[in-house]
Amino acid sequence: MSANLYEKIGGDAAVNAAVDVFYRRVLSDERISDFFDDVDMEHQAAKQKAFLTMAFGGPVHYTGADMRKGHAHLVTRGLNDSHFDAVVENLVASLQALNVPAELIAEVGVVCETTRNDVLGK
Amino acid sequence: MAQLTVNQVRYQCNADETVLDALTRSGVAVPYSCRNGICQTCVMQSSSANVPITAQNGLKPTLQAQNYFMACVCYPTEDMTITLPDNADRLLSATVTAVRQLNDDIKCVGLDCPSLQNYHAGQFINLYQDNDNTRSYSLASVPTDPYLRLHVRRMPDGRVSNWIHNELKVGDRVQISAPVGACFYVPDTPQQPLLLIGTGSGLAPLMGIIRDALNHRHFGDIYLYHGSHDVTGLYLVNELCEMTVHYSNFHYVPCVSSTNIDNRYQAGRAMDVAFVAHPHLAGWRIFLCGNPNMVTSARKKAYLAGAKMNDIYADAYLINHKR
Repeated sequence: MSANLYEKIGGDAAVNAAVDVFYRRVLSDERISDFFDDVDMEHQAAKQKAFLTMAFGGPVHYTGADMRKGHAHLVTRGLNDSHFDAVVENLVASLQALNVPAELIAEVGVVCETTRNDVLGK
Repeated sequence: MAQLTVNQVRYQCNADETVLDALTRSGVAVPYSCRNGICQTCVMQSSSANVPITAQNGLKPTLQAQNYFMACVCYPTEDMTITLPDNADRLLSATVTAVRQLNDDIKCVGLDCPSLQNYHAGQFINLYQDNDNTRSYSLASVPTDPYLRLHVRRMPDGRVSNWIHNELKVGDRVQISAPVGACFYVPDTPQQPLLLIGTGSGLAPLMGIIRDALNHRHFGDIYLYHGSHDVTGLYLVNELCEMTVHYSNFHYVPCVSSTNIDNRYQAGRAMDVAFVAHPHLAGWRIFLCGNPNMVTSARKKAYLAGAKMNDIYADAYLINHKR
């Protein structure tokens, strides 16, 4: 499913378009902007690109351990389900804004959901 | 995993680790600064042509051809044998041609450096007081000017800046590095609106960038917002006003953030004044120079206002790094 999803959605070009919209959205969303507010914006955008590539089923593979380690410092700052939901909500809205078909957005949502427990350190 | 050989000693470079990280982790003393493939402080040479192309981005073609690369952005794909270059080889000799007071805190230093032919206005050089003390200064000149020009702000307790302010005089010989930095004008979109925001001596690279753009017949609007706490911190005001007379697409807005207001200046921080005047920046190119807090927050605001990240060029004047 994953490889197909990445290709159907439009590969690297689609990821780049989505990062631009998505990162701008999360930085503007007061519920979660603090978690994304990095002094080094390019570095942070590169992380978002890796995240979206993964969510699109593309060639980025994080293990559950990677996700736990990468977000542990945010969990200690209070990262919880409501923030996770807000990120997914922004991702869905970004893809809708880019006219990605609903069934593909649903698949992206499924991929994101598989990371929830690791991201939140549960 | 690749093996790195430096002075006949072997070091492991782990997957996803840069050459710089691997060497510093192993205790090898490597000078570095930006860690982003910009300042070229950590340039080193490989014995063979096995350098990833991304580690050579921005290096001169002649250096690329000799397998020079930046360690901080080099993820080796195979084993490498590396030479750490002698810094002295890369320094250029320059003669001071002018030292002129621009305002109470900032002096303009002119340098004649015949061996330096090509650079981009807005790049910076490292000026060496001696072997141990060096500071980065942006170039305010354009390559067609007869001399290099720097704006040096006197920092409280700043070793190099006080030396420049107190001792440097016309005729002195100094050593400088070749110019580096990626905050400069590229003449590919002459119609694109440009927004430049600078604080203090962050005006230096912006002056160079604006003059470079105008020399390239940039015809899109060019807005410069130069900010200072008080009126005495502004400088080159008359020259910039003069330029607006000659170039109808160039707009200059001096800003003063303290309460003392003269109607020739806008009240408020340069960044705030600029974003009120230009709330929508999709399609714009942005240049930000000076105070690091201003640069960080203006970069974010410009991005949220619609500017593409690739269209935002920034040069933050870090204390200790630039003074």
